[in-house]
Amino acid sequence: MTPSAALAPAERALGLIGPDLTEKSLRLHLEGLSGIDAVGLEERAAALGTRSIKTTSKAWALDTIIRLVDLTTLEGADTDGKVRSLVAKAMNPDASDPTVPRVAAVCVYGDMVPTAVDALGSAHGDPDEGNISVAAVATAFPSGRASLAVKTLDTAEAVAAGADEIDMVIDRGAFLSGNYGLVFDQIVAVKEACRREDGSYAHLKVILETGELNTYDNVRRASWLAILAGGDFIKTSTGKVSPAATLPVTLLMLEVVRDWHRLTGERIGVKPAGGIRTSKDAIKYLVTVAETVGEEWLQPHLFRFGASSLLNDVLLQRQKLTTGRYSGPDYVTID
Amino acid sequence: MTEIVKPHRFLDYAPAPESTSILHLKKSYGLFIDGEFVKGHGKPFLTVAPATEEKIAEIANANSKDVDTAVAAARRAYDRTWSKLSGADRGKYLFRIARLVQERARELAVAESIDNGKPIKESRDVDVPLVAAWFFYYAGWADKLDYAGLGPNPRALGVAAQVIPWNFPLLMLAWKIAPALAAGNTVVIKPAETTPLSSLILAEIFQQAELPAGVVNIITGAGDTGQALVNHPDVNKVAFTGSTAVGRAIAKSVAGSGKKLTLELGGKAANIVFDDAPIDQAVEGIVNGIFFNQGHVCCAGSRLLVQENVHDEVVDRLKLRLSTLRLGDPLDKNTDIGAINSREQLERIRELSDIGEREGAERWTAPCVIPDKGFWFAPTIFTNVSTSSTIAREEIFGPVLSVLTFRTPAEAIAKANNTPYGLSAGIWSEKGSRILAVADQLRAGVIWANTFNRFDPASPFGGYKESGYGREGGRHGLAAYLQGASW
Amino acid sequence: MVGRLAVPKTYKLYIGGKFPRSESGRTYEVLSKKGAFLANAALASRKDARDAVVAARAAFGGWSSATAYNRGQVLYRIAELLEGRRDQFVDELVSAEGLSRTAAVKQVDTAIDAWVWYAGWADKYVQVAGNGNAVSGPYFNLSTPEPTGVVAIVAPQSGGSLLGLVSVVAPAIVSGNTVVVVAQQSAPLSAISLSEVLATSDVPGGVVNILTGSPAEIAPWLAGHADVNALDLAGAGDLGWVDMQITAADTLKRVIAPEVGAPAPSLHRIVALTETKTVWHTKSLI
Repeated sequence: MTPSAALAPAERALGLIGPDLTEKSLRLHLEGLSGIDAVGLEERAAALGTRSIKTTSKAWALDTIIRLVDLTTLEGADTDGKVRSLVAKAMNPDASDPTVPRVAAVCVYGDMVPTAVDALGSAHGDPDEGNISVAAVATAFPSGRASLAVKTLDTAEAVAAGADEIDMVIDRGAFLSGNYGLVFDQIVAVKEACRREDGSYAHLKVILETGELNTYDNVRRASWLAILAGGDFIKTSTGKVSPAATLPVTLLMLEVVRDWHRLTGERIGVKPAGGIRTSKDAIKYLVTVAETVGEEWLQPHLFRFGASSLLNDVLLQRQKLTTGRYSGPDYVTID
Repeated sequence: MTEIVKPHRFLDYAPAPESTSILHLKKSYGLFIDGEFVKGHGKPFLTVAPATEEKIAEIANANSKDVDTAVAAARRAYDRTWSKLSGADRGKYLFRIARLVQERARELAVAESIDNGKPIKESRDVDVPLVAAWFFYYAGWADKLDYAGLGPNPRALGVAAQVIPWNFPLLMLAWKIAPALAAGNTVVIKPAETTPLSSLILAEIFQQAELPAGVVNIITGAGDTGQALVNHPDVNKVAFTGSTAVGRAIAKSVAGSGKKLTLELGGKAANIVFDDAPIDQAVEGIVNGIFFNQGHVCCAGSRLLVQENVHDEVVDRLKLRLSTLRLGDPLDKNTDIGAINSREQLERIRELSDIGEREGAERWTAPCVIPDKGFWFAPTIFTNVSTSSTIAREEIFGPVLSVLTFRTPAEAIAKANNTPYGLSAGIWSEKGSRILAVADQLRAGVIWANTFNRFDPASPFGGYKESGYGREGGRHGLAAYLQGASW
Repeated sequence: MVGRLAVPKTYKLYIGGKFPRSESGRTYEVLSKKGAFLANAALASRKDARDAVVAARAAFGGWSSATAYNRGQVLYRIAELLEGRRDQFVDELVSAEGLSRTAAVKQVDTAIDAWVWYAGWADKYVQVAGNGNAVSGPYFNLSTPEPTGVVAIVAPQSGGSLLGLVSVVAPAIVSGNTVVVVAQQSAPLSAISLSEVLATSDVPGGVVNILTGSPAEIAPWLAGHADVNALDLAGAGDLGWVDMQITAADTLKRVIAPEVGAPAPSLHRIVALTETKTVWHTKSLI
């Protein structure tokens, strides 16, 4: 893309950068962002991780984690049966305790959306109202190595099948080679593919795959880029690349979201995904959210955990809190 | 959907107090002389918890007679025992002490937080681990003095008289004792009057380590005890950490005596934020620079120098961040800001803050609830501070930040150096060449670039100008306790 | 036949690269060991000392930030020039100090060699007195010595006047300090001759400022001057130096205690007039 090439006229970018929205003006904006000192960022994240959560706060935190989970299965071996089992778990996480809240969403490959929608039945809906959304990964997940036409078709099909949320991947190759405009235009196009017939949009989560972007400066730039292009959520990882979500990366993305909110008053969601397996870890994320952007972010349309095994650990901790005894893995269902 | 009982605010968390059951305090503590706890001949005094104003224990008070006894014990231990030991064996004692400190770390941290008022997360994660690290580091030097490059035939000085402040009671003890012992000296040390507790637990550790009697003597008391100690004719070395005023008096009183002197005194550090700084980390560094340990830090970044074009942005972010700081019970693991160490210090902070306001600076105080009892001061920022303001020149030694601006690197350097002090400074920028050039020009002993308030036993610490002389930490810190060594 | 009438030299102060008379207008007679009149030397006043401190402070920035290689060459250049004027200094010492020619030659040669020895330290003392520190964390951490600032010196008041002066000035300036030195009261002439060498060498004006006169009168003013960072009392052993050290404590000056005669060349003297600066910087790949 030439420096003067006009980019897709995304509303946020036009508002912030101005009508002259080009590869060059986008680049100037992204490269003008303040740098990150990795050591300081990691120290801050570690400090937030030392918060000690007890009693009522802990009980609330455990239930909040459940309410924020995108219960996920993204395997080549996924089947209808596996997805139905996942949905059952999403609706009723702990068979022995009906007071356990439901998760926010189930996250599946696009072709599994009809199955998930069917299995959810009347429970399918807005997690802010206690229902469960269907999130579909799209755009040639996880690599994103496909033509834009394939990516938008992938997206549109999932939306048509009833997906409420689309988790897209950015073109990391394009980003790392400095083709910010290309990445930007693709997000705008995928966002447009999220449009339903009634004019409403499926929520768009933009996966940065921070493990491949490698540096914190890249993560900050990609976060801004995704927000400017119209993402509703910025998400760390596909879960297929190591490292996936880390606390410092999530803290950094929350800082971007905080800055966007200070600038525009608009709230963007954040989704760390992959690698968060224990309640202890998840609580660190809640603390980080609360101390960085505020507690109002701790609701399903602003914060999610992309996870699978995390749920069971939270359930075990929850059982411990209810019964006063330590529980064991045979007292929660495997899926 | 079940009803979830949300706490009033999740950020309030729930109280998470560190257990005090680990701590077995005595009702009263004697002086630690010649390996034993003995009575003092002065009038005993109470040490109180600054967070509650409750008394913790009665502490013996050493008068000049006790100082004589302690110095005599140290001299005896030097002549008969310590100077005859091999370096390897001296080192082994220090290694033992390091390990015992690690084993009793939580107990020491709790005692420190109760007596000093600092948050448990600091005493637990910073002070006590550094104490162990300090002994461990200098333990390794004890049998390697010949390799230190400080001249041929390094020899101990003899008896070291050491006087330390109340802001890092245990850590300062380690900073003083570890290098002194490694170099082969014996020690008489006086902790601060308001914070003697942890040093007396350390005395128990010396007993457990079977450190030979008299090698370390800990005498508690106030200023007159310290004065008697540093002026004692039979001490060979004086090391003091504390205020510049007292340091000056000590420098005068030991003049001409031939006693080797190390002074680690006050500061008014500039923390310089350039417009290309990593801004979120800079804000953290500013917070850590001035609000760590309630600002009771001689190297605190108490003068924030911000490049004018990012001043508003930095101050806004800083206020936002300060609003999340949690002030309160030092023993609560979630406390960020503990109690001011004493009523006297609180009065001084209040007085200087009032002067700042009267002189026209704009005061902002973080919104936080101040407990009914105890000594507290909410994190405070002054903006519109001019270089001539009292709060830009005098050491406040509290959680009070003065914000000044600059336009060019040269102006930043000139303002940073425009103080009689020269202990530390901070630089925040993403431009390496500028950081190194500014670091070169700053007249301060410790420069933190893109970080602040980092300490390590391998890293020399100490000031230029009226912040004192000599270095503590590293090879340089060893030199302070050896004959002939010049640095 | 009548011989040619000699042209005597006027000995003045050396401040900021210039040769002023004392602002007080005072002079004192300098006599040979045998009591013969040699010259009228300037009797510096406290105001001359003050002016010298101002000159030294002004020169500090440039001299301390000159490269070590450059400072080393400048010091070596002093040795070269001194070598070239060796005979003049020998003659001066013979008449002023009553030395044998052999002893005077030895003193001049030792002084020249001292310059050479210290010149070599300029780019090495940092390596010997500084070091990297292995701190436990992701930080670059380096300790380096730096010049302490303006150093006031009482030159040795006994023994060889030239060697005494060189032995205290060279270790102070090699690291980048600037100095105000009070010369040997009884034999100040070679100090002023040395300043003529300095003025024609590459030493920037103000780096070395030389006062002649009474150290007992001037040194206490220097000890109390707030813009002096360090006080070398090398030659103050008989001058109530403890009081000067006490005065120096008002601004916490670094103080070097008196010695007898000219201090031997030592790294100690260089390092004693430096400050160790430790710089931390974060380290990370990402």
